[in-house]
Formats: sequence, structure tokens, C-alpha cells
Amino acid sequence: MATSIIVDSVTKTFTLRHARSLRELTVRMARRQSLSERFCAVEDVSFTVEEGETLALMGLNGSGKSTLLKMISGVLLPDRGSVRVRGRVAGLIDVGAGLHPELTGRENIFLNAAILGMTEAETRRKFDAIVEFAGVGRFLDSQVKFYSSGMFMRLGFSIAAHTEPDVFLIDEALAVGDPPFRQRCLARIRELRDQGMTMVIVAHDIKLLTELCSRGIMMRRGRLVFDGDVAVAGEMWREDRRAKARAARSS
Amino acid sequence: MAAPTVTGELVEPGRGGGLRAVIRRRYLLRLLVRRELKARYKSSLLGLGWSYVRPAVSFAVYFFVVGVFLGVDDAIEDFAVFLFSGMVLMHFFNDALHASTRSVTGNAPLVRKVFLPRETFPVAAYLVSLVHMVPGLLILLAGALASGWRPDPVGMGAAVLGFAITALLALGLALLCSAVNVLLRDLEQAVDVLMVVFTWSVPMIYPWTQVRDNAPAWVLDVYLANPLVTAVSLFQRAFWYPGTDRSFEFPPDLYPRAVAALAVGAAVLLLGRYVFGRLHGRFAQEL
Repeated sequence: MATSIIVDSVTKTFTLRHARSLRELTVRMARRQSLSERFCAVEDVSFTVEEGETLALMGLNGSGKSTLLKMISGVLLPDRGSVRVRGRVAGLIDVGAGLHPELTGRENIFLNAAILGMTEAETRRKFDAIVEFAGVGRFLDSQVKFYSSGMFMRLGFSIAAHTEPDVFLIDEALAVGDPPFRQRCLARIRELRDQGMTMVIVAHDIKLLTELCSRGIMMRRGRLVFDGDVAVAGEMWREDRRAKARAARSS
Repeated sequence: MAAPTVTGELVEPGRGGGLRAVIRRRYLLRLLVRRELKARYKSSLLGLGWSYVRPAVSFAVYFFVVGVFLGVDDAIEDFAVFLFSGMVLMHFFNDALHASTRSVTGNAPLVRKVFLPRETFPVAAYLVSLVHMVPGLLILLAGALASGWRPDPVGMGAAVLGFAITALLALGLALLCSAVNVLLRDLEQAVDVLMVVFTWSVPMIYPWTQVRDNAPAWVLDVYLANPLVTAVSLFQRAFWYPGTDRSFEFPPDLYPRAVAALAVGAAVLLLGRYVFGRLHGRFAQEL
């Protein structure tokens, strides 16, 4: 079994810049306000993922799990430490990010598949499966701007779910579409998992994560606090949420 | 469906990039260019036609105001061809700069979510401008032929040189401006203002001899140092000069200047690549 992902003492700090134009810059300087703020989104996190593993990243909002996922996908670069991945990475990070409203469904399938790293031949081979899965057959040649939001999401999901990368990243994408479509999405993810694809999943549906994944990582304020059995990680997540709810009530 | 087979070594995601990676993924580039052309075409009644209305109107304004009212066409034979040979080049340059400066910020959702070689966006915008230049060139050729122009070998060489200078400069500035605009959004406004300056700082609407005869010597030196002045002069040499009585005097040392301008273009391209390479790691968090 080969290693798929190595995350080695990774730290990511964000600088929130308040000024993005000369006007804002001068106004804030004149008022002696700070021009930027720094905060640490991910702090000294290390873990490895073996090929074929299904890993759940858990944590409350702002715990750094999405930042971590973006560093695995290569969208963000770590400030310190290193991330290394074997093979093609793709995922359901934002289904529909590459869909262009002025193009037809058909044109979008080719474009979005290319964005996700598929070749023309690959796209042609999977074209029917993508259309069938998304259920947009009749509207294939209309512009995507006339699609309902459900159809839009279904098309985006369907393209991403057929890219067959070596490492598949899923971020909160399981909440798309109507219940029947959701069931189809989950079935597709299980199918990919059973084929032995390496997956990293971020979601807030802990019950679902415990069922889908074999291993869980729990994050708190940018730090990795637990790495192991997914059920235990899920229990920690529930505790965190209860604590947060209590804090919200008492304040 | 086969189980995914893991190929290759462990690599750091997000580090790959550069113009070479753009060329490696040219299938994606082709689709992005087509998307841009189609999106421009579909969103309005006149479609792609709008891309030609602006240059056509500018041409008419320059031709009548400068050529006829200010009398420049008395001094310059075939003023329309003279004007248009410079305009084809400058319109490409300005259009490429305008579109590519906005290309990374305009694709923010993609830049934030999916890793692609980021150079793909300015390069795609640049190629769209290049495609738009083709009909302009055809019109220029037709107009030149109609007014008695015939191609000559020196002229064709000049055309290639002039185009190469402009293309290198535009690509370098496209990379530079698209990257800097992510950090400082003022740049896109500044670029639009500068486009007016570019248009009037080349001998396209008037002959360079006006600068020689009316401005101090050092102004002329600065003026002629602009690589775009050389590029426009080369295009006039290629498409306008052979159709005239050949009494027009081009700036001195045009060909040595052309080589120097080519070197400047290459330097700007290297600078653009360097700056883009330094900044692209920050794009996702800045957008």
C-alpha cells in the first residue's frame, strides 16, 4: 500500500488585508487604522493518508479543515511545512465553480472536465454517464443560465464525480440538490470508495461521515487534536458543538 | 471502471505552473479561449460585432478629425492605410492589456477553488485579443491592396518584426498586470487610462516627423525609445509605404531599433513571468 498524501508540520497564516485600493489605503493610513490582521488558520498539522483510505476531516466552523483541504488540492500553499500528494487531485470543492452561465450544458461539460484535468477523449467517453447522472439530458443545449439552481448543482456534481482522480477531495458538497439526488451522490461516493479511491471528506453531517469513512481527524482552532477511529472523532465533534451551544446560551 | 492506479511520485500540489504548464494543458487553454469568444458573442445582440464597432468608430473619428479637418492627409499619401496599419497593432495591444489585467480577478471563483496553472487566464485573454486582430489584418490587407499596395520582402520582414515586438510586450505586460491587479485593484483603472496615452504616444494618428519638427531633441529621443513606436513604424513600412511614392522618411536606424525593441519585449516577458511566478501563490487567499 503506497502513501497518497503526506501533510508534514503544515502551518498556514492568513493576512486579512483591509485595504485593496489606493483610496482605502490612504483613508486607513490617515485614520491610523491597521492595514492588515493576521491569524493562524492551520498550525503545525501532520498526518499521512494511505492509498484507498477514506478520511473524514471534522471540526467546527473556522477550525481550519477547509484550509487544509485547499492546501491538499494546491489552491493554497502552506507557509511552513509541506504537503505532498501522489497522482491527480480533484474534487467536489465547489461544484459549479467552473460552470459558465453563457455556455450550454454540453459546452460546460467539456470545459469543466478540462478544468478538473480530464482530456478530450476521457470526457467523450464519460459524457453520457455525466449527462445521465445529472439528469439534464433535455436541456443539454440550452445555456446554463436558464438552468434551475438544482440542475446547476447536479451538473457540477456530476462532472466532478466522474473525473476519477487518484485523490478525491469533498468539501460540504454532499448537501446539494433534492433528497433523491443526494442519495445518488452518496451512492456514487460509496462506489468510488469501494473501488479503492483515496478520499478526504469535509462535512458537517457527522452521522454520514462516520458511515462513509474509516478514519477521522478532529481539528480545533487550527490544530489537530485527534487522529484515529472515526466514531471517536465524531463524538469529539458533538462535544465541541454542545460546548459551543452552552457558551452561546450563557453569554 | 478500473480502480484508480496511483501514478508517479509524491509531488507538492500548487507548485507547478508557468507558461510551460499552460502549453502542456493547451486543450484547456483552447476551451477557455473558445468560452471567452462565445461568451462575448452570446451576451449581446450584435455579438462579436461589438469588438469591431469601437475600432471602427475610433478609425472614423481619427480619419475625419485628424486626417481631413486638421489636414494631415494632405501631407500623407493614403492616410487611411497609414492610420489603419498602426491601429491594427495598437488595438491588439490595448485590447490584450485591458482584458488580461482583469483575467485573474475575473475568474476569482475558479482561482479560489481549483488549481490550474494560473498563467492560463492571462494567456487565454491574450489569445482572444489575438483572434480579434485577424479580421482587422484582413481589412488592412484589402484596403492596402485597393490603394495600390503590393507586398515586398523587406516589408514582410518588417511586419513580422513589428508584430513580434508588440506580441512580446503585450504578453509580458499581460502577466505582470494580471498578477499585480489581484493585490491592487486600482491597476485595472490605471491601465484603461494608460491606453489613451499609448494610443497617442505612437506615430499612428500623426507622422513621427511632427515630433521631430516641433519638440526638443531630447523629447524626440525619449519618443523614439518607445518600442511601440518602432513596431508601428515597421507596420507602416510593411503595409503602407510600398503603396506610396516612397518619399516618406522613417525614424533613423529603424532596423537596429527594431532589434533593440525586440530585446526590450523579451525582457518585459521575463519580468512578467517572474512577477507572476512570485505572486501566484497568494492569489487564492487574496481574492
